[in-house]
Formats: sequence, structure tokens, C-alpha cells
Amino acid sequence: MTTTPATPPPTIGSGHEGSARDQISAYFRTVRQGEMGALPAIGGFVVLAILFSFLSSSFLTPLNLANLLTQSATLMTLAMALVFVILLGEIDLSAGVTSGVTAAIFVVLVHNFQVPWLLALAAAFAAGLAIGTFIGFFVARVGIPSFVVTLGLFLGFQGLQLVIIGTGGAYRIETPEIAAIMNKNLPIPVGWVLYGVAIALAVGIALWDRARRTRAGVANRPLILMWGRLVAIAIAGALFVAFMSIDRAASRGTLNGVEIPHDAIEGVPIVVPIAVGLLWIGTFVLDRTRYGRHLYAVGGNTEAARRAGIKVAAIRMSAFIVCSTLAVVAGLFDASRIGVVTASSGSQIVLSGVAAAVVGGVSLFGGRGRLVHAAIGALVIAVIANGLGLLGLPAGINFLVTGGVLILAATIDALSRKRAGGTLIR
Amino acid sequence: MDVPVIELSGVVKSFGPVDVLKGVNLTAYAGKVTALVGDNGAGKSTLVKGLAGVQPFDAGEVRFAGEPVALHTPREASALGIEVVYQDLALCENLDIVQNMFLGREETAAGTLDEGVMERQASETLQSLSVRTVKSVRQKVSSLSGGQRQTVAIARSVLKKAKLVILDEPTAALGVAQTEQVLALVRRLAESGVAVIIISHNLVDVFKVADYISVLYLGNMVAQLETKDTNNNDVIGYITGVKTYEGSRA
Repeated sequence: MTTTPATPPPTIGSGHEGSARDQISAYFRTVRQGEMGALPAIGGFVVLAILFSFLSSSFLTPLNLANLLTQSATLMTLAMALVFVILLGEIDLSAGVTSGVTAAIFVVLVHNFQVPWLLALAAAFAAGLAIGTFIGFFVARVGIPSFVVTLGLFLGFQGLQLVIIGTGGAYRIETPEIAAIMNKNLPIPVGWVLYGVAIALAVGIALWDRARRTRAGVANRPLILMWGRLVAIAIAGALFVAFMSIDRAASRGTLNGVEIPHDAIEGVPIVVPIAVGLLWIGTFVLDRTRYGRHLYAVGGNTEAARRAGIKVAAIRMSAFIVCSTLAVVAGLFDASRIGVVTASSGSQIVLSGVAAAVVGGVSLFGGRGRLVHAAIGALVIAVIANGLGLLGLPAGINFLVTGGVLILAATIDALSRKRAGGTLIR
Repeated sequence: MDVPVIELSGVVKSFGPVDVLKGVNLTAYAGKVTALVGDNGAGKSTLVKGLAGVQPFDAGEVRFAGEPVALHTPREASALGIEVVYQDLALCENLDIVQNMFLGREETAAGTLDEGVMERQASETLQSLSVRTVKSVRQKVSSLSGGQRQTVAIARSVLKKAKLVILDEPTAALGVAQTEQVLALVRRLAESGVAVIIISHNLVDVFKVADYISVLYLGNMVAQLETKDTNNNDVIGYITGVKTYEGSRA
């Protein structure tokens, strides 16, 4: 905007030209053409949040917001893990049991073999890596459909977990570092420092991108759009950290008009920066590295990717490895929140993870979708369970509503594409 | 005449007992469009696959810019500067034009994709081919017409600094206006100094765009003609085997 490129910009546009107004109207045009992205999911989340906040006075409280985040973190991580394989048009039905098995390995090593927790953690991640390599080998090298390979593991690992944990067994998580993830909060100043680092990083990357485009001599979007976006992120983040800094412990009432002292519960839950960090790193890899680009290419048109010299089998394998490794994180989150690892940990969650990705706007046919879509989808599914729980409705209703939302989300996506004249399957 | 960019002599390819290419000669010159015509089963696709290194020839000599070379893998062909634009295009619909043009050899800086540099080079390449049908290089390929996709696929080979570009039926699925645009693009591609081999069933297109016409008939190269010295009926005669070749190429 203020800088002039060394040479005149090419006359074929790049979509970065024009005023802020042009840019915004161009965005709405792509939305009308059926590129809705995460919009339906964001809309759904907002509608549900407004609905629940009217129906239950305890919905919009710091305590419940913190609960919602810890409740959704496991699902969110698993959904993000699944995005890597779903982008290739593949599926990993074993991601849930992988999270369960690796959590079991961790807890059994710590309890029964007195292994230092960091070493046990490394073992759990190594197991995740091995499982991913195993799946990837059978899918990419042997050529078995991923549905079949991972269905086999889904069944087999439930047995493996029984063997590791023992029938009816349950191990408490006694490692304080793991228990803290879901149950402890960041000290308030630390929360603000991390917030500052995140904002500084976002500003730095945005400016770096601009500088690179300017150096290459191509158009940049109006500066006001960049600052507008960053300021919006900064305000939302600040509101969140401030809201989480309010003491959310239940009052113990008053005695003679004086508040009975209690231990404060305040600060951002520890899981939040971890989950945001994973989301950010994953998005960086997918959007800004050759690896990420190749992943989308293989998901979009495998043959084209192969002819372009991309090592398709290696990309396939890597996606399953990333998925299984992230599933380990999901397993640890789950163990931390529940406090125990049982023989059935993780066996139920995988389809919810797929549902979260689809609700968020990730295409099961591959090539379309982003990590943040899965994260938003997971929030939608978690808010349904959270809100209905607050209303005291039976669990059956929760499943019915979640299923309905999934089908609704898929319908909105399909109709918007059909209206725009695109193909239904994508 | 100049040294041809590619010169095949006595090229043979068999699949088991079936001899698909029975000693084929073919030349293509820089800055010229050579049309490869022939009926179904004449061996056109096999010849192209051999040139691309996908299915190496069994025997025969391949000279690239006068030097004898081996074409055993797609990588070898690509390293020499041979690019094939396939009929089914091989583009990723979920990616945009820039991403497709740079697929497999993205520009990076500090380990991350350098979008600005790629965007600029993509624009410049399209402009060098006088492409006017594309509005933005950041359009998704799924939103492009067949002619625009063909344009992107051809521009991709230009971006790779190809010396020989082989186009497999580039106008097969296109309407009249788009066919005109793509043929004009093929001419400009040749004028930029690239040797172009175009495979087509449409003789009207061939006569519009080609400098030379090579006719394959049942695995033999039955005629190599200069377009200005021949006519539609003769070429059809060669393709169907009714006519046999007697003259030699100038």
C-alpha cells in the first residue's frame, strides 16, 4: 500500500488487489460460490451458545467455559489428528483405540514398572509412531484400504488394551504433570505473558508475509485488513484471558455478612495453550511447507501429484504417522481429565472425531479442509454435550442432537455447493 | 536445417508378442510444431510414453539436441527438459493456479513456501504466453473451464523451462472458442523456442497449428510431411493406409 514494488506488478491479478471493500466483497462472493469453510460450524456454535445461555444461567460463566474447553480438548486433538488422513481421502478408525492403548502403556509403565514419567511418555509416543508406521505401511505399500487396516486395529487394540490393563482394571493417573494438564490452571501473569507472545508471533508473521510479497513485487492486501484481523484476534484473546482470570470457585456462602474464604480457581486451563500450540504448528505445516502442499495435492488428485514428482506413498505413510502420534496426545488429555485409564479408554471417541471434522467443514473425499475446521467442529459437539448436560437432559438426547447437527452440517455444505453448480461430492 | 531437439531412429517397442512400434523415426525442431497423427492403435500413445520415460523403448536410438541419451525413467526425461501435457491434464482441482504450476518444485525461503515469488513467476509465465483468459492466478482450478485448465497445464511446462513439450490431444474436450485459444497458445509456445509435438485426431486443428505432420500407421512412421506441401486428403490417406509415402522430407 505504501511501498512501491521495484517492478510494476503483473497485470494478471492474484486476488490481493483492490481496496478493503473489494476484498470483502470478493470474500462474500467465494462464500456464495459454496466455499463456506467453517462458517456453518461457527454459526452453529454461536446459535447453540446463545440458546444455552438463555436456557441455563450457568452456561455463560467462567467455570463452565473452562469446563467446556477441557471437555472439548481431547476431541479437538483427535479431530485434528484425523484431518491429516482425511485430507488424503483416507480414514483412521483406530485413532481412538491408539489413544487408549498408548495411554495404557504410559500408565502401566509408570505404575507397575516404576519408569520415570518422561521416559514412559517417550514410550507412549514411540508406540504411537510405531502404530502410525504400521498402518501407513499396509495402506501405502501393501495397498489395503485404510478403512480395513484401521478397522482391524480398532478391533485388535481393544483386546491389546485389555491385556495391558487387565479385565476390569483401572489405573489412576498419579503423575502430577499429566494430571495438571486438565485440572490445573496457568498463573494469571503467565497466561498474559503467553497471550503477549502469541499476539507478537501473529503480528510478526503477518508483517513477514507482507515483506516477502513486497520483495517479490506482487500485490498486497490493504494494510487495514491485516490490522483489522490482528486487532480482532487480540481483543478476543484478551477477553478470553481476562474472563479466565476471574475466580470461578463456587462461593461457600457468607457468615455474618463476610465471605467465607476459599481457594481460588482462576487462570487459563493448562490444556488451552497446548491445544492452541498444536493447532498453530499443524496449521503452519499444512499451509506453509512443501509437505503440507503435497498432502493437499495427493488428497486432491493422486495421479497429478505422482506425475509432479511427489512421493505419494511417503506422504500417505506420513499422514498416518502424524495422526497416530497426535492420537497419543489425545489419549493423555483424556487420561488427565478422567483421572484414570481403563480397558475401554478411547474406544468410543473416534467417530466423534470424524464427526467433528465433518461438522467443521473437512471433506471426507480428501483435499479440502483445515485443522481449525476440525477444532471448531469439536467445539460444536462439545457445546451440545455441555449445554444439554447443564439442562439436565438425559444422555440419549445428546447423541440425537449431535447426530442431527452432523447431518445438518453436511446438508448445508452439499446444498451450498449444489446451488453454486459445483459437484456434490466435493 | 538445425539440429533437431529430439531425433528418434529405429525405435522399437513390443508388449509380449505384439509389436507396437516397429522401427519408428521422428524428429522435432525447436520453434516448430510437429503433429503426430494416426488412427487408434497406431502407436501414438506408446511413442509418447517412451519419450516421457514412462515405458522405455526396447531398441532404437534417441538423440536429444544431437546427443544420444537414455530415456528410462520419467525423471531422466524431465531432467532433459521433456514435458508431457496429458489429455486428462493432471491438475489438482483443490489447488489454485500458482500451486498447480509449482507443484512438486515449490519455491521456498527459510523452509516455508515463498508464495510471492511463485505468484509472480506464474503471472509472468502466463503473460509471456499472452494468456488473457485467466483473471487471477489464485483461482482454484476447480473454477476454471477446460480451455483455461489446458492453458495452466501448458504454462506449467513452460515454467519448467521445457525444451520439448508433448501435448496429448489438447483440444479433444474443448468447444470452438476454447480450441482457438489453445491452438494460439500452442503457436506462441513454439515461437518461444520450444519444440512442440502435438497429438491430435482433428486434422483441421493439425493443419492450423503444425509445421510438420508425422503419420503413424500400425507402428510404422509412414510419412513425415511439411504441412505446406501436403493436404487433408493425403494425410487421411496415410492415416488409413490407403496411400503410401514416396517423397522425402525437405
